[in-house]
Amino acid sequence: MKIDPKTFIKDYQLDICIQCGTCTGGCPVKFRSPLNMRRLVRQTYFTNDPSPLFKRPELWACTTCSTCSLRCPAGVKNVELIMGIRNLLANQGEVPSTIRDALENTFLQGNPWGRFRDRRADWAKDLGVKMIGETATETLLYVGCAPSYDPRVQNVSTALIKIFQKTDLDFGILGKKESCCGNEIRRMGEQALFKKLAKDNTNLFKKSGIKRIITISPHCFNTFKNEYPDLNIPVQHYTQVIAELIETGKLKMSKALNLLATYQDPCFLGKQNLVFDEPRKILTAIPGLEFIEMERSRQRSLCCEGGGGRMWAEGGTEGTRNGEIRIKEAVALGAKVMATACPFCLLTLEDAVKTSSLTDQIAVKDISELVAEAI
Amino acid sequence: MKQKIGVYICHCGTNIAATVDCNELARFSITLPGVKVARDYRYLCSDPGQDLIKKDIRELSIDRVVVAACSPRMHEITFRNALSSEGLNPYFLNIANIREQCSWVHKVREEATEKAKQLLRAAVARVLCQEALTARKVEIKPSVLVVGAGIAGIQAALTIANEGMKVYLVEKAPYIGGHMAQLDKTFPTLDCASCIFTPKTVEVARSKNIELLVCSEVEEVKGYVGNFTVTIKRHPTYVDYSRCTGCGDCMEACVLKKGVPSEFEEGMARRRAIYIAFPQAVPLKAVVDNESCLLLSKGKCKKTCVEACKAEAIHFDQKEEIIEKEVGSIIIATGYDLFDPHLLPQYGYGVYENIISNLQFERLASPSGPTLGEVLLKDGTVPKGIAFLHCIGSRDENTNLYCSRVCCMASMKQAHLAKEKTGAEIYEFYIDINAFGKGYQEFYKRVREEGIYFIRGKGSEIFKRDGRLVVAAEDTLLGTPVEIPVDMVVLGTGLTARRGAERVAQIFGISQSADGFFMEAHPKLRPVSTNVDGLFLAGCCQGPKDIPDTVAQASAAAAEAITLAAKGQIEVEPTTVVIDSALCAGCKLCIEICPYSAIDFLDIKGISSVNEALCKGCGACTAICPNKAARQNHFTQDQVLSEMEGLI
Repeated sequence: MKIDPKTFIKDYQLDICIQCGTCTGGCPVKFRSPLNMRRLVRQTYFTNDPSPLFKRPELWACTTCSTCSLRCPAGVKNVELIMGIRNLLANQGEVPSTIRDALENTFLQGNPWGRFRDRRADWAKDLGVKMIGETATETLLYVGCAPSYDPRVQNVSTALIKIFQKTDLDFGILGKKESCCGNEIRRMGEQALFKKLAKDNTNLFKKSGIKRIITISPHCFNTFKNEYPDLNIPVQHYTQVIAELIETGKLKMSKALNLLATYQDPCFLGKQNLVFDEPRKILTAIPGLEFIEMERSRQRSLCCEGGGGRMWAEGGTEGTRNGEIRIKEAVALGAKVMATACPFCLLTLEDAVKTSSLTDQIAVKDISELVAEAI
Repeated sequence: MKQKIGVYICHCGTNIAATVDCNELARFSITLPGVKVARDYRYLCSDPGQDLIKKDIRELSIDRVVVAACSPRMHEITFRNALSSEGLNPYFLNIANIREQCSWVHKVREEATEKAKQLLRAAVARVLCQEALTARKVEIKPSVLVVGAGIAGIQAALTIANEGMKVYLVEKAPYIGGHMAQLDKTFPTLDCASCIFTPKTVEVARSKNIELLVCSEVEEVKGYVGNFTVTIKRHPTYVDYSRCTGCGDCMEACVLKKGVPSEFEEGMARRRAIYIAFPQAVPLKAVVDNESCLLLSKGKCKKTCVEACKAEAIHFDQKEEIIEKEVGSIIIATGYDLFDPHLLPQYGYGVYENIISNLQFERLASPSGPTLGEVLLKDGTVPKGIAFLHCIGSRDENTNLYCSRVCCMASMKQAHLAKEKTGAEIYEFYIDINAFGKGYQEFYKRVREEGIYFIRGKGSEIFKRDGRLVVAAEDTLLGTPVEIPVDMVVLGTGLTARRGAERVAQIFGISQSADGFFMEAHPKLRPVSTNVDGLFLAGCCQGPKDIPDTVAQASAAAAEAITLAAKGQIEVEPTTVVIDSALCAGCKLCIEICPYSAIDFLDIKGISSVNEALCKGCGACTAICPNKAARQNHFTQDQVLSEMEGLI
């Protein structure tokens, strides 16, 4: 298929690029892959047929952390360009096989790992949590795919149930009716599937009478909040809810944890949606927990590389992974716990602890797990 | 007598003629009632173009003129003068705007021509109803208010004062000099700012024609060109300036030993609650800051300053003063604020030590600054590497889209000073070098020759690694991402409109452009004037500029004020409102709506009456008057309605 470069120029505002390199300078994979965002923009702008450009494997190295587009002084939509290119490739069936599988799995089973749809809520079986549709409640805890199926992240889901059940929060989950939110699907290039998921989910939420959504993953939070066209239901990340519960005195933590912890800002929570304070408020409220800030934090935080479909992509990068850099930085600070608030950060960072052989020095925990320990 | 209308259609080169068929327009015009002659011409505003009209007035006894051309804002005066020169009342002219309102905004020739015809038909219908009017003359008071005493305000004030006119120079800060007083050396000649500037501040203090009001702000402006009444609030300084000798004993005695960050030193040093901002300050008088003074903020202090003052100048019972002045014109020179780099958290300003703004660097480099001119890190050591980042808060969709114009040169000048003073490795991270002024490109070359590294790439972020500051960017010319460790980072922070510029704009009735700076009357041809007659702009309050441009604009503003005063009187549009006493029911709606307080109520007669001197002819009262008693000259009911009928 011949690509019309004019569409790209207009859609992603490539013509206003001033070639300052702010994008490349701040890119978290700049030393890990040949991906050079500034050059990609210029090359796409100056070619009659960009299709050969788009075949490069480094296009799958982008984590869609959005540091580039957030800082771009000209207003180029860099990350949207990456997603647009991936969309083209997906339509042509030219995506890496692992990505293709993840997309197909989501279409068939509602999750990228291809686990059975019917077993999505198995983790919650004995927790006494309300099922929306069976019991009336207006607050949805949207669990998401990783927290439903990944054994490590399931621990986050159960921790959150434990926390919320200690308060008067009336909430429920959708159980096996829940489907993938589509955030990563969109970032892997499957726009059509994303649109279908958004439409189906919106209909399901509205039909179920949901008035408020709480998400576990910042990725689900992001897409509900910013990309679902007709949702009109307030969305919160769970850290916002817990911070509120602590502030209003509805959640009390009595057990002291006595440890030094630092925090990895998830890109989809921090940079992209400016939720910086709530996770820190929770951590500093935990008795005995001493909080230490990473050198690079908040808007300057370094991406863990878990976003943008990177959980399903292989290759495209080389050298030390950012996860390992982060873990080493945390260990150098003396932190015993690297806290985070995102399933993907949790998985990539925990993996990095293992590959760096630092399991005896530091543990990676989700904030919800720490709170659950402290109550 | 039946009127004879002349219609003149301008091609404006191709501006109009390319989109509107001007010949066709002329043929059409001659068919309109009352039209005696219709002509089209390439440039009607030119001398031969005007002669065409004048000749017809003479030879064909034309007594009404319609010009179809550009906006009346552009050339109404030109054509009115043409009418006057032939003895015809200038208010018998009407302009149909077929450029801005037609040819410039349409593409299809047939449709544009059709619309131009409608506009012309309306203009012809209206001109038949127009009446002869005589312009009013008002006196110009020969005194000037200058607001802001930075280099712009000082230059303007001195120029006017040297002409022998009275100037009231109002400054919010306790000293004059503004930002220029904070600078070390100035680009590209590297003269020391104090050396070229101090003589000017001293001259202001000495000048008999300048009344300097520091710690003061303009609160209200009433009146019109030539006759403004200005209300100024002078904040209490708690120091009697007639007694204070500027000895500084009070500062030494002040109990607030740890002090507060000094505004003048950009927070790089601290000052007491009673202070003199810097040793060369004009006026060299102490001032009490009521926020940090323990007595004024907490009500409790030993008043050691009062004891220490041998001149007995400190009086804590001083009150604010309201001063009223009459002036003929006003020059606004309120300057700029530095962009706040906290707004771009990726640069770590406020997080790390030794990341400073360009103005903070000026204080470091200044021999009178906190380090006596040595470029040192917070711990007192000499930096081995310094990075200068361009375009922080400028040329950025996320902050300000405009180029701040001075930062490239300031940054290179600072790189030169830093190199000279420290011998450090110096990096300039830039997008483009905007070295546009006289001698600027030459300076750029000189700095390159001094061994400063230029990296074409905007700094993306700053973080700390191994105890040093790391600047992450891309060397875009190599296409390679770089992370360069340094000890100090100077952010090339841009210039922004002053906080509170909205309020200033409101007080003076002027507008702001989208970037927040005050708007000039015309960006090219009237860069010093505003939409308010008699009110002029100078310096960075109108937009970022360097010192030479600021001084030039300030001189121009002064020239405008002097010219106005030299005329002694000025003609004012007679398009004011008259209230028909027979129709007025005394409902006072017009008094409520008038934005210029130009309408009084005559109690004896029970009716409203317009003060012609204050009326600006906005028409608000004519619209609201239920009895149609308020009648505006040149915009009467007949005139407006016949124009509208012509349109449909």
